[in-house]
Amino acid sequence: MAMFWDKERETLRGKRLEELQAKQLRWTVSLAENVPFYRERLREAGISADDIRSTDDLSRLPFTKKTDLREGYPFGFFAVPRREIVRVHTTSGTTGKPTVVGYTQRDIDTWSDLIARNLTMVGLTADDTFQNAVNYGLFTGGLGFHYGAERTGMMVVPSATGNTKRQIEMIQDFGVTALHCTPGYALHITEVIEEMGVTLDSLRIGCFGAEAWSETMRHELETRLAIDAYDSYGMSEMYGPGVAFECTEKHGLHIWEDCYLPEIIDPATGETLGPGEKGELVITSLSKEAMPMIRYRTGDITMFIEDECPCGRGLRIARIMGRSDDMLVIRGINVFPSQIEHVLLGIPEVGDQFMVYIDRVHHLDEMTIDVEMNRSAFSGELGDLVGLQKQIQQRLQEALSLRTSVRLVEPGSLPRFEGKAKRVIDRRGDL
Amino acid sequence: MQEEYIIKQISVFSENKPGRLAAIAEALQKSNVNIFAFSIAEASSFGVVRALVDTPETARSVLEKLGFAVQFTDVIAVRMKDEPGGLHQVARILGDAGINIEYAYAYSGREAAVLILRVSQAGEAISKIRAAGGSLLRESDLS
Amino acid sequence: MHCWDPRIETMPKEDLQKLQYRLLKTLVYRLYSFSEFYHRRMKEAGVHPDDIRTLSDIRLLPFMYKHDLRDNYPNRIFCAPHDEVVRYHVSSGTTGKPTVVGYTRKDLDLWTTSLARALTSCGLGRGDVIQVSYGYGLFTGGLGLHYGAERIGAAVLPTSVGNTERQIELMQDLKATAIACTPSYLIHIGEAAERMGISIKNDTDLRSAIIGAEPWSESMRTRIYETMGVKAYNIYGTSEISGPMFSECTAQQGIHIWGDIAYPEIIDPVTGEVLESGESGELVMTVLQKEALPMIRYRIGDITRIDDEPCACGRTHPRIQRITGRVDDMLIIRGINVFPSAVEHALLGIPELAGHFLIEVDRKGSLDDMIVRVEVAPEAFSDRINDLINIKKKVEHTLKSALNVAVVVELAEPGSLPRFEGKAKRVIDRRVI
Repeated sequence: MAMFWDKERETLRGKRLEELQAKQLRWTVSLAENVPFYRERLREAGISADDIRSTDDLSRLPFTKKTDLREGYPFGFFAVPRREIVRVHTTSGTTGKPTVVGYTQRDIDTWSDLIARNLTMVGLTADDTFQNAVNYGLFTGGLGFHYGAERTGMMVVPSATGNTKRQIEMIQDFGVTALHCTPGYALHITEVIEEMGVTLDSLRIGCFGAEAWSETMRHELETRLAIDAYDSYGMSEMYGPGVAFECTEKHGLHIWEDCYLPEIIDPATGETLGPGEKGELVITSLSKEAMPMIRYRTGDITMFIEDECPCGRGLRIARIMGRSDDMLVIRGINVFPSQIEHVLLGIPEVGDQFMVYIDRVHHLDEMTIDVEMNRSAFSGELGDLVGLQKQIQQRLQEALSLRTSVRLVEPGSLPRFEGKAKRVIDRRGDL
Repeated sequence: MQEEYIIKQISVFSENKPGRLAAIAEALQKSNVNIFAFSIAEASSFGVVRALVDTPETARSVLEKLGFAVQFTDVIAVRMKDEPGGLHQVARILGDAGINIEYAYAYSGREAAVLILRVSQAGEAISKIRAAGGSLLRESDLS
Repeated sequence: MHCWDPRIETMPKEDLQKLQYRLLKTLVYRLYSFSEFYHRRMKEAGVHPDDIRTLSDIRLLPFMYKHDLRDNYPNRIFCAPHDEVVRYHVSSGTTGKPTVVGYTRKDLDLWTTSLARALTSCGLGRGDVIQVSYGYGLFTGGLGLHYGAERIGAAVLPTSVGNTERQIELMQDLKATAIACTPSYLIHIGEAAERMGISIKNDTDLRSAIIGAEPWSESMRTRIYETMGVKAYNIYGTSEISGPMFSECTAQQGIHIWGDIAYPEIIDPVTGEVLESGESGELVMTVLQKEALPMIRYRIGDITRIDDEPCACGRTHPRIQRITGRVDDMLIIRGINVFPSAVEHALLGIPELAGHFLIEVDRKGSLDDMIVRVEVAPEAFSDRINDLINIKKKVEHTLKSALNVAVVVELAEPGSLPRFEGKAKRVIDRRVI
């Protein structure tokens, strides 16, 4: 039997949904008018909140790009007074500064409710024990799921990341029934338990997200861990995880249309595409208070699945098929090559030539960066080279929140590019 | 005159992969550079090739032309008795004087074994070794 | 004075003691009836709940020790039905298995309330931006302060630990007014900011710091105020009693222990006898309203004294003074508790090592630095430097996993570390606070 957290809103369809969406869209646009960036854009587009009559008016609104958010750092996109903000999270920006996301108390409540919907949808209840093996702190994944799981009344084990053996020990000792982590980490856990010759008997459900994964991967995880594995989708600009989630049918992710108004567009022309057509997902928030988002270009490639889902809920998107830009997802963390370039430019001992290699080692992403030594900065001492290598790794870790391995290479040894540089070689196969 | 005992070692930055030493050796051979001694220090993906040669300036310019990053490093070269206890003698002098050896390598020449040392305080090392009756190579001894 | 809950916080002393007695009585009856562990303990000590006739009769009850938690791993002491437990936290144990703490919804609420009172007593509230730089996840510091700060209506900046430059950037850009972190990390932030050309005093809005999880001193308080323009408040708690729970008020004359939440005693660590008010000894804590993992007379191991005089702030609850030491060999490294026995236990599992080790603790700059010197087993020696580096990395990784704190490992020659005939002295602590 299908379980619901908020049956009325989860199954809202047709005219009633459209009315709600139109009303919320108008509200969102009027909130956005408090933000100088949007005020300017809306004026240019010659449209204001009062002009919004139905969701058809959406196409008259301007797009918002990730690079636009950089202009607003830190609080430029907040639509409410500072006193109303109760939380901030940050996510990777395209260069030096991160993107700051703010939340009002109502935002936190709405977000927690969305996560609670997702967890309930896959059959979790207050009787379950939920291990949250993702990063806490500034990342939205940890605290987002933590609050959502707590809302359902489950027991939460905030294990965060790292220390795989201890994670496994806790699953066994605490009788954990549901695990949330990246799919790559889940497979890593699988390998470790197989090596140890143990099984995770209490575990029955896995919620995996923050990086793209495939049906093959689902099959691997489900058979080797004896669980049901579900795909989770979201991004910090839209609260965090919780935007869309698979139901027990495991055929597409239900996107919560009472809170998000999705479109699929051709990333090159910006034209709206129809059902079944692959394109870039664009989302307009309908309930975000602190930081409304109008036609936000997510950069994720997917399509709408239009047929009815037996579970009774509404619109679904297909699992993410790729990106429309050069953003990389490494162990669930978004990395823009421009961020790496920005860091290296600030270190005089190395040249501006670099190459990024991404591999999968024991199911975990590893990023290796080859950096050309600057000839004049070579002191002749091995210790200085090792120190420089460490320094670059540390600076990259600070900027990307990610451990990388840096290799110093001889001057002039990396490929030079005439036109568009192709500095990333992604050697990960299909997940 | 301590400076005359300070010798220029060439230090070459090299990636840790097959063929790099051959490339360096070939370039030196073509330019008729004679290598007295060399060593390789490694650190994960890269290392430093250190060499004592007869014409360091030539060696440096040839290697730089090939794109290598090259530096001169000051070292001292001590003649040791090529018999048991030779190394001990030198090492004890430095140890007693509280001078740390950062790295060292050696070669056995026609007249004597030579120990090449990179030390924390070169000047003091030279005077201590000389005061103890030890013998050091001058740069001119190599050319 | 602004109180979170004026009725409780300024309650007359007599009323508070009556309330404590009532709560204690309820607790003891509940545990005697429903907790197998406490029932057995009370039986063994020959004490029945009916014997508790006054508050000071608490001394009839048996102590509880850290090893009781390990012996009953993971949750055999828990006294709430499984489905009422909503959170676990885990802290380092003395060996192998960690210490597990469970919380019911009411436990979380009480913990959060305790911190809401504490943060309010430091002058914080709605409109403040509180940067939480304690570790999140299994460690109680991060989520504890996060919930407390959220409760008082402040904006929370959950930076967690690490990446100091980014922390400073965010502190400046997001106009943080208060920070919660360890005292050494606060000083580290001040120094790092200076190197970045940022003066915490002049270029940021930071005015208060809620610091704890490791010992610090009055001279550090003065230094923090003079160099950073930040008022520092001491915060106290251990995961066994929930996590950080109690802090100084703006009078900065000791840490208020909310009497309706906990009952502190000071004992002689050797005889176990309760000491007179004002005398210095081991702190023993009874948490009066805890459900999932009740704590009666828990031997925390910290040395301090209780000050029961009225506080200038008007709150009537007793205060404990700064922690002056430990009764055991536990070390605190960057806010994390480390038992030398846990180091030994972790090293025993590594075949490349010969078993001897030495822990050296220093303060490098403002942060603690723990170096563990280990002897490599002769048969594991390799002439490839990379092999030796890999052994070093493996040991560092194993220790980090076991202790949850980064450790620098140095390989020592076989036979070079001191051997001990009697009690091994494997820790050299060179820190001066």
